[in-house]
Amino acid sequence: MSDKDYLKDISEIKNLMNKSSRFISLSGLSGILAGIYALIGAAVTYYLVNSYSYGVLTLDGWIFRTVMLVLFLVAFFSVITGIFLTTRKAKKNNEKIWDTSSRRLIFNFLIPLVAGGLYILIILAQGKYGQTGGLMLIFYGLALVSASKYSIGKIKYLGFIEIVLGLIATLYPGYGFYLWVIGFGVMHIIYGSIMHFKYDTK
Amino acid sequence: MSIIININKLFDHRIRLGIMSILMVNEYADFNMLKELLGATDGNLASHTKALEKAEYIKIEKQFIGKKPNTRYSTTPLGKAEFKKHINALEKLIHKS
Repeated sequence: MSDKDYLKDISEIKNLMNKSSRFISLSGLSGILAGIYALIGAAVTYYLVNSYSYGVLTLDGWIFRTVMLVLFLVAFFSVITGIFLTTRKAKKNNEKIWDTSSRRLIFNFLIPLVAGGLYILIILAQGKYGQTGGLMLIFYGLALVSASKYSIGKIKYLGFIEIVLGLIATLYPGYGFYLWVIGFGVMHIIYGSIMHFKYDTK
Repeated sequence: MSIIININKLFDHRIRLGIMSILMVNEYADFNMLKELLGATDGNLASHTKALEKAEYIKIEKQFIGKKPNTRYSTTPLGKAEFKKHINALEKLIHKS
């Protein structure tokens, strides 16, 4: 065997290790769009709360229900866009969308997210909603860190940033809204752009 | 000379090298996953996994998922150690030239 073959061996090993354990077709563009949805949702919420509720959010009013609906729509469209663009990218890369690596990625992403989501619903039901924004950021950050082992890119660092933003938000609930906007809106757009230009435009 | 000795003849084949690479970073892999990733035929893959099992580098577990038979592969500690040695030898060979 010549040296060239050994080099080929090494690159083949690396390639297989990545392909078999990490899902690499996550679309950067979907991150940007998720950020934009979050910004739109935040703008709608801000407008609603300030023009109809004198800046105060009460748990039983229609505004609260509308805000919850807006949140749900933001999450829903982010997921749909993510699935659609990632499927498209996976097809282009000749990668399977539903294989062991993507299953593991989603599973590890969902554990902290579902646990956190249920926790938030529980304390909302108890009438404690001051820290919702911060808790959403913290659990979302934990979900990203937990999923990062199964994907490429620096999702882990996005996760750390979300956790820090979340902790600040729970410390200063008054700024929770703005930190939420930074975490879910601005950070997604920045991170999505980095991913898009680093991995997608090739 | 010592470097050449560490090059493991058993890993000197694309499919076997591939099987080990996949199993090094995954707790286990089943037959279909290996087949898809390596682009090998059933018979080809089976003979290579058998060779690796015979050397006790990998473990083969047969089980049933529902009614479907499922074969799971994982590395043994010996296989891991040998593979690492092999990689180190490869890297030294490349850096030398």
